[in-house]
Amino acid sequence: MPEKVLMKGNEVIAEAAIRAGCRHYFGYPITPQSEIANYLAWRMPAVGGVFLQAESEIAAINMVYGASGAGARVLTTSSSPGISLKQEGISYIAGAEIPAVIVNVMRCGPGLGGIMPAQSDYFQAVKGGGHGDYRNIALAPYNAQELYELTVKAFDLADKYRMTVMIMADGALGQMMETVEFRDEEKPFEADKSWATTGTGMKRKKNYITSIYIDPEELEKLNNRLQAKYRTIEENEVMYEERDCEGAEIVVCAFGLAARIVRNVMDMAAAEGIKVGLLRPVTLWPFPVKAISDIAEKTDVLLSVELNAGQMVEDVRLAVNGRKPVHFYGRTGGILPTQNEILEEIKRILGRGNK
Amino acid sequence: MQHEIIIAGFGGQGILSAGRIICAAGMAEGKNTTWFPSYGPEMRGGTANCHAIVSDGEIGSPIINNPDILIAMTSPAIDKFGKMVKENGFIIADSSLIEKSRIEATGRTAYSIDAARKAGDMGHKAFAMLIMIGKLIKETGIFKPESVEKALYEVLKKELHGLIPKEMDALCVGMEM
Repeated sequence: MPEKVLMKGNEVIAEAAIRAGCRHYFGYPITPQSEIANYLAWRMPAVGGVFLQAESEIAAINMVYGASGAGARVLTTSSSPGISLKQEGISYIAGAEIPAVIVNVMRCGPGLGGIMPAQSDYFQAVKGGGHGDYRNIALAPYNAQELYELTVKAFDLADKYRMTVMIMADGALGQMMETVEFRDEEKPFEADKSWATTGTGMKRKKNYITSIYIDPEELEKLNNRLQAKYRTIEENEVMYEERDCEGAEIVVCAFGLAARIVRNVMDMAAAEGIKVGLLRPVTLWPFPVKAISDIAEKTDVLLSVELNAGQMVEDVRLAVNGRKPVHFYGRTGGILPTQNEILEEIKRILGRGNK
Repeated sequence: MQHEIIIAGFGGQGILSAGRIICAAGMAEGKNTTWFPSYGPEMRGGTANCHAIVSDGEIGSPIINNPDILIAMTSPAIDKFGKMVKENGFIIADSSLIEKSRIEATGRTAYSIDAARKAGDMGHKAFAMLIMIGKLIKETGIFKPESVEKALYEVLKKELHGLIPKEMDALCVGMEM
């Protein structure tokens, strides 16, 4: 029977990794995600895995590079400033075309910033972060159940496409407890890892894992291959949730914790006779371009609500492509927008305000 | 039906555990629950608070702006959260730890019970939180007392399970206050 437990978000991520068959973890502590390492410090050895607290975030991501190159399912986790440190390694892993799962339990920035929840690393995850023409698949969980489901899925996607998958949680999702239902058994995607550097046993040709290509022709070939892969992913892996968008006066785009706050706003607005729809991207990349484009045909106005100064709103505007106005509302510094603030903004946009 | 509860006081009073007990008791009855602890700058200076939501429906944000119920264990907790309580909500305040005037200053319905003193009489200060949860049950019927017992076995460390019968006595004391 599936187990239902009340569990901290960070611990859900850790347990999900174990259940997905991850047996190698390299990390360095940082609030608000340290419970992931804390949990794996006892859980990994219990299942015969490797838990290693590295000397830095940079060391940890390079250990991920090495373990993944040897064919292992491997995880590293951090929070915003630590994820910045990992960017060089992430770009190398992208160039080497090997799988890796990277969890970012986002806190507010820039710089060391603060430890409160934020979504201000959207650009970093979706537009680059490291150098070069590469992409991360970026998954945005909404509750404890999705922290589980998407962590398991992240390992499958990483193996399937041989690339980095980032889980974009935030301090609140990491710190809160919520009910989660674990399946009895996971069936991990069975990837062909004949590319891994596991020793030839004198029986096959050597495998090379590298991101350096001296010959421009060869490097362009790699880039073309990456871009073709990214187009396949844009075609096949988009995930989003659409709620009450049919006949909505305004559709709000929001992910993760911001979408949870908007869920409350939808009920408050309905009580005042205002129909608010929600388009919640689950994959931040690949972005639900078509879904938002279709909504732009049916609704008069859109609003992006984010825990940052306005990042995803740029992608919403690209998808809408000037057909309808796209507004933005967000707070920074770890301050969360309140339901009332968002409702007032919706009323102001719709000209329904009584203020 | 949804109950949004803020529990606030000092570190060491069992504030975070009380929130977990409330959530686990709700979960034992098949309800949806979220628990969100203070982990940021507000933790400095020894204050602690947590947000517990128990709902028959889907829970949106786990962070409570205006609680239905405030369980307050210190005067600063009343000062900080008292006025955030909804107009039709209420406060359960530990009168053995909080000045009456500060409770009245909130302008909210308040049940003042001397939980810490009673808990001391019963032999353990940790029982105060169970007395407060007992009062919560009496005023809301949020869940059955048996569900709290199940929750205690889940939340408390094994070495504390021997205390659970006494914790349940404390719950009953609260339900009669």
